[in-house]
Amino acid sequence: MTQPPLQPAPGQEPSAAPAPSVCLQQITKSFGSTYAVNNVSLEIQQGEFFSLLGPSGCGKTTLLRMLAGFESPDRGRILIDGADMTRVPPYERPVNMMFQSYALFPHMSVADNIAFGLKQASMTRQLRTERVQEMMELVQISALARRKPHQLSGGQRQRVALARALARHPRILLLDEPLGALDRKLREKTQFELVNIQQRLGTTFIVVTHDQEEAMTMSSRIALMREGQIEQLDAPRRLYEFPATRYAASFIGSINLFEARVLRQNGDEITLASSDTDSELQARCSEKMLPGMRLTLAVRPEKIHLLADGELGPNRVRGRIKEIAYLGGVSMYHAELPGGKRLQFSQSNVLALAEQPLRPEQDVVLSWQPDSCTVLTE
Amino acid sequence: MNIPTLRRPVSGRRLIIGLPWLWLGLFFLLPFLFVLKLSLSESVLAQPPYLGLIREFQDGMLVLAINLGNYQLLLDDSLYLKALLSSLQIAAISTLLTLLLGYPMAYAIARSPRHWRLPLMMLIILPFWTSFLIRVYAWIGILKNNGLINQVLMGLGLIDSPLEILHTPVAVYIGIVYSYLPFMVLPLYATLVRLDVTLLEAAADLGCRPWKQFLRITLPLSMPGVLAGAMLVFIPVMGEFVIPDLLGGPETLMLGKLMWTEFFSNKDWPLASALAAVLLVVLIIPFMLLRHYEQRSQEPAA
Amino acid sequence: MNRRSVLLLTVLLFGYAFLYGPILSLIVYSFNESRLVTVWGGFSTKWYGELLHNEQILGAAWLSIKIAAINACAAVVLGTLAALALVRYRRFRGRASLEVLVTAPMVLPDVIIGLSLLLLFVSMEALIGWPAGRGQSTITLAHITCSMAYVTVVVRSRLAHMDQSLEEAALDLGARPLTVFFAITLPIIAPALAAGWLLAFTLSMDDLVLASFVSGPGSTTLPMVVYSSVRLGVSPQINALASLIVVLVSSAVAIAGVLLYRQEKRQA
Repeated sequence: MTQPPLQPAPGQEPSAAPAPSVCLQQITKSFGSTYAVNNVSLEIQQGEFFSLLGPSGCGKTTLLRMLAGFESPDRGRILIDGADMTRVPPYERPVNMMFQSYALFPHMSVADNIAFGLKQASMTRQLRTERVQEMMELVQISALARRKPHQLSGGQRQRVALARALARHPRILLLDEPLGALDRKLREKTQFELVNIQQRLGTTFIVVTHDQEEAMTMSSRIALMREGQIEQLDAPRRLYEFPATRYAASFIGSINLFEARVLRQNGDEITLASSDTDSELQARCSEKMLPGMRLTLAVRPEKIHLLADGELGPNRVRGRIKEIAYLGGVSMYHAELPGGKRLQFSQSNVLALAEQPLRPEQDVVLSWQPDSCTVLTE
Repeated sequence: MNIPTLRRPVSGRRLIIGLPWLWLGLFFLLPFLFVLKLSLSESVLAQPPYLGLIREFQDGMLVLAINLGNYQLLLDDSLYLKALLSSLQIAAISTLLTLLLGYPMAYAIARSPRHWRLPLMMLIILPFWTSFLIRVYAWIGILKNNGLINQVLMGLGLIDSPLEILHTPVAVYIGIVYSYLPFMVLPLYATLVRLDVTLLEAAADLGCRPWKQFLRITLPLSMPGVLAGAMLVFIPVMGEFVIPDLLGGPETLMLGKLMWTEFFSNKDWPLASALAAVLLVVLIIPFMLLRHYEQRSQEPAA
Repeated sequence: MNRRSVLLLTVLLFGYAFLYGPILSLIVYSFNESRLVTVWGGFSTKWYGELLHNEQILGAAWLSIKIAAINACAAVVLGTLAALALVRYRRFRGRASLEVLVTAPMVLPDVIIGLSLLLLFVSMEALIGWPAGRGQSTITLAHITCSMAYVTVVVRSRLAHMDQSLEEAALDLGARPLTVFFAITLPIIAPALAAGWLLAFTLSMDDLVLASFVSGPGSTTLPMVVYSSVRLGVSPQINALASLIVVLVSSAVAIAGVLLYRQEKRQA
C-alpha cells in the first residue's frame, strides 16, 4: 500500500535482513550545561507505532526534533533506512512531521497546505491534485478543501496537519503531542483513527506524548524516557505488567510499592519480608537473589482482591478502608495496613448498587497472586 | 524557552547578517569617525572648508596636525556651555511635560475597552505620519501675535494686547511636547497594557484605595515604559533643530541650532564637528538606558 | 472609580484636541482669502490654484517623491534582512553591535547624523571620486540609512510573533530555506513590510535636516522649500500644501489601517 518514497534513501546498502526504519546510536544532545538527551540508542522497525513517553523535560521532544532534522546531536548517529542522516537537513529526509501546534500555513487553503510538500517534490499538477484528493479522503476532510486554517475547528486543523504530513507518503511520520489540544471524546475517537491509518499505510509512526493512556492505547512499543535517557523500552503490556524500575512502575497507572528484603528463594519463587506488613510476601523473580538483599515489590491495584472471612490466599494482608473514590466503572479503595502503610486496590463495580459495597473504617483482608506482582531492584 | 537556530546554508546566513551590518557600518558608524577626525582639524576658507590631519609625509616622517583648538573654544567660550546646559534644561523639562500629558493618555487608552484601543492608538500615531515640519509650522500660525490664540483671547476680551508666545521658550516647549507626544505614549501604552489587572484587584481586595494602588503598584511596574518614553524624547530633543529654530527666539540656545549655525552660517565645519562629538558623548548614557530597557522588554515575560 | 474615569476621559480628549487642533487650523486657514493667513478675510481656494502652478514646490515635491520611493524600497530590503538576522539567529559575531547600529539612527539627533554623513561623502569624493557632487543620490543614501532602522523595528516585531514551526513545517515538507522564506515567511510578514515601506516613505518625505546637510545644488527637497519659505513667516500656499499633505496621508493611513485590521481578523 505504501508507495515508494519520493526521494530514494541515499546510500542504502543492500542487506539480507531489512534495516530498521530508524536507528539511533548513542545520541547525545545538550543545551548549555544540561543534557537534554544522554546517550540514547534504540531501533524502530518499519511499520511500528512507536511512542516516546515521559514528563516534560525528559528529552523526548528533542529526540523527535533530531529525527526530523531540526536539531543535530552533539554525538551519535541517526540512521534512517540504513542511511546515515545525522547531518542531513530536514528537507532532504524521508521523514515528515506533524507539529503540536499543527503549523498550518495561514495564507493557504487546506488543499494548498496539503499540496505544499508535493510541490516541493516537483510533482505534476495532475498527480498533485490526485494525491491531495486521496489524502483528504483518508482523513475525511474533503469538504474543507477551499477553507483557510482560521476557518477550521481544532479537530479539523489536526486532520489537515496529518494529511499534509502524509501527503508525500513518508516512510516515517513523526507526531509531536498529536492529541494534546483535543478534548477527551475527540481524543479517544482520534486515537483509533490514527492507529487505523497507520496500519493501512504501513508507515512507521513515532509519537511523542506525555499522556500514558494515549501511549498505551496506540503504540506497539513505548520508550519511557526520564531525564534524557530511556528508562524502559517495551510493548505496552509488558511495560505495565512488568515495569523494570520504580520510576516506570509509578509513571504508568497506579502502583503499590513495598520496601522488602529477601528471605529465601526457591527457583523463581521468592519470599520477602517487609516492614509494612507482618505477612510474608511471595513473588516471582528469575534473577538470583541472596537473602537479606533489599528489593521493591510492586503490585497494581487491580491485581489485589478481597478474601472472605477465614479464606486463605498468598500475600494475605489485613487493612482498614480509609478512602473510597468512585469512578463509575471501578472504585478505588485505600486501605491502611497495621504498620500505617496505605494500599490501593480497585474493584470493578460489577453490580449496579446505590451504595458502595465497602465502607470506610471497614476491615478487609486482601490478597494477590505471586505471579501478579513484580520485583524491582532499582 | 530555547529556540534552536534553523540551519541554513552558511553563505545565506552571512548575507543576511552581513549586508545590513556593512551598510550601517559604512553609512552610520564610519561617518562618526569622520566627525571625530574633523573635530581635530582646522577651519579654512576653501572647499571643503577644512585642512586634513596629515600635513606632510617626507623621508619617512609623518607630520600630523591635531587641532585641539575647537574643543578649547568649546570650553572657553561660555556660549557653548550655556547651550549645553540650556539644551539639557529644555530637553529635561519638555520630557517631563510630555510625560505629564502622555502618561494619563496612555493609561486611559490602556484601560479602555479592548476593541477601542487600536483605533485610539491609531489616532495618536496618525499626526506622526503627517509632516513634522508642517505641524510645527501650524503652531506658528497659532502662537503668533495675530495668530489664533491671540485673536480668540482678544476677541473674548480677556486680554488687551497680544501675548508674546511665539519666539519664546514657551513656544518651544509647546512645539516639543506636541511633536514628541506619540514617542512617549507608545512605549507607555505598551507597558501599561501588559499590566496585570488582577494585581490591582488583589490590592483592592486587601483594602488598598485606588490612588494608593496607582502609586504602589501601577506606577512602579510601568517604570520601564516611563524610562523608554523619556529616553525616546530626551535624546532626540537634545539635538533638536527645527523647533527651536522656527518657534524659539534668539535667546533659545540649543545645541542642534548652534551646530546648524556653525555649519551653515559660519561655515566652521571643524567646530560643528567638535560640537557634534560632545553631544554624542553626552547622549551615550541615556542611549545605554534605552538599550537596557529594550533588551529587557524583549526577554520573555517574567 | 467613576470620577477617575471622567478625569481620564477629559485628559484624553484634551490630548486629542491638542494633537489635532493645529492640523485643523492649518486646513481652515488654507481657505482664507487673506494673505495674512491667520486673519480671516473670507473663503477662497485660490491658494490651492497658486500652489499647483508653483514650479519650485512642484519640482521639489517630485524630487522628494522619487527619493522617498527609492529609499523605501531599499530600506525594506535592508531592514528586513536585519530583522531576520536579529530574530532568527540567536548568536553571531557582531550581534550586539548590529542591535546598536539598528537602534541608533532612530534616536540620535538628525543634525549629528547629517553632519557625519556629509563628512563621509566629502571624504569619499576626495578619495575615490564618488559621489561626484551631492544631490539626489546622497540624500537617498542618507535616508535609507535612517529608514532601515524603523523598518527593522516593525518587521522584527512581526517576525518575532510568527510561529516558527511554520517555517520548520515547510522545511520538513521538502522546501529549501530560500523557498521557505519566499513561500511562507514573506507572505506572513507582508503587512509589516508594507507598514515599513510606508513608514520609510513618510520619513523620507518629511526629512529636513539630513537633506539640508547632504544635498547639493539643484537638489532641493520639498521640506527644504517649505522650510525656507516658513522661515520668513506664514504663507498661505504652505497652508494649502500642508492641507493637501494631511488629507493625503490621513486617507492613506486610514485605508492601510482598515486593510490591516481586516487581515488581522482573518488570520486570527
